[in-house]
Amino acid sequence: MNISALIALFVFPGLLFAIPAGWLCVWAEHKAVARMQRRIGPPVLQPFWDFVKLVGKHTPARAGFEANLLRLYPALSVLSLLGALAMLPVFPANGQGFSGDGILMVALLEVPSICFILAGFTSGSLFGEVGAVREAVLSVANNLVFLLAMVTLAVTQSTFRMTELAGARLNPGHWIAVIGILLCIPAKLRLNPFSTSSAEQEIYAGPLTEYAGAALGLWQMAHGLEWLALTGLVATLLMPLGLPWWAAAVLFIAISAAEVLLLSVVSAATARLTLERSINFYWRWAAVLAVLAIASTVCMRFHA
Amino acid sequence: MKVLERLMQKARTKSIGLFHMNTGSCNGCDIEMVTTLSPRYDVEQLGIHLEGSPRHADILCITGPVTRNTLEAVKQVYAQVCEPKAVVALGSCPASCNVFAGSPVIAGPLSKHIPVDVYVPGCPPHPDAIIEGIARAAAILAERGADKQAEEAVQQ
Repeated sequence: MNISALIALFVFPGLLFAIPAGWLCVWAEHKAVARMQRRIGPPVLQPFWDFVKLVGKHTPARAGFEANLLRLYPALSVLSLLGALAMLPVFPANGQGFSGDGILMVALLEVPSICFILAGFTSGSLFGEVGAVREAVLSVANNLVFLLAMVTLAVTQSTFRMTELAGARLNPGHWIAVIGILLCIPAKLRLNPFSTSSAEQEIYAGPLTEYAGAALGLWQMAHGLEWLALTGLVATLLMPLGLPWWAAAVLFIAISAAEVLLLSVVSAATARLTLERSINFYWRWAAVLAVLAIASTVCMRFHA
Repeated sequence: MKVLERLMQKARTKSIGLFHMNTGSCNGCDIEMVTTLSPRYDVEQLGIHLEGSPRHADILCITGPVTRNTLEAVKQVYAQVCEPKAVVALGSCPASCNVFAGSPVIAGPLSKHIPVDVYVPGCPPHPDAIIEGIARAAAILAERGADKQAEEAVQQ
């Protein structure tokens, strides 16, 4: 049994670190928006209190098999995100992971989005279905850029192993790919300006409209973990190599926090785009960047 | 178990989801309700947030004298809010039907149809009064949740 893999899964950056840190990300977003509106904003423990309160709610029993499915989706989202977090190469020198773990991580990062879509359709709510369709379309739109960026990283290093992907620095394709991933994060987190799928005041809570109690709390937890996993992915790709483990951990947290702040500011400063404009952004503008990244990387390989 | 119960009780006063419902109000109270949620009053620092779905809410804020058209909707929305829950009646209309009393299209007052926990008087009430009403309702809700848990423990 590999001890460092277990520590990654349960301690850092997994379970023990990830759940409070995920809540902290959600809080930081709300706080940043509040400060931009000259408000005081929520206390640090707000996401924790929200979760505890939701666990204590009496939820109405739902009949049929879909009741089980609706309970399964948020749990699956949380578990797959914890798995993805455990694969982040925060300490590349440890040599954790296995060849091709980058592919598994991309797949695990996609599970919450798929669960979100399925939850919308399974709930039978009209608002849920509208939200699910929007999420599905947006997912196709941003994943083109996201996957091209991940493939670019893989081409620069000729591998899908995360520890080695985090090692590439000299190639300009690496930096363009990181910018591409950063551009996809607001859509993956359903933040403004790409928040059509969970548009409050428009389709209520989107796919989560019918959710209540502990299951809703798990969805909120999954959202926090999603914050952490996606900002953490960019952080590991930006971190300098050859740091001692404590410096790597501190830097990982610092870069993630800076990203959370950046995304919150963008989210507070922008309005919601329509679905068509969101697709236009990814397929017409961000895709150009992604194609440029992969083309330059492939050309450089041939040149070398 | 005592510690967990106290934690739950505290969480219920620290995290409050509102669902706002208009039952034929003149919009005066609704405007004050929206003002309450604006950055000036910053209710988010008290853990109060507006929810889109009654399923996510803890406190139902009702404005208006309950017209016959909205009566069924009020009952349905009240049933959709999960226990423990509380109801806040905003303004004079849900309390007494106000100037609409005696009209054939009015089915109010609200307390005839669903239990009301806190009345916030005024035509319309001031946002500060609304915040106080919500805070009182949250305290009632926390007590009620604790009672319910104790009841269930006895039954088991």
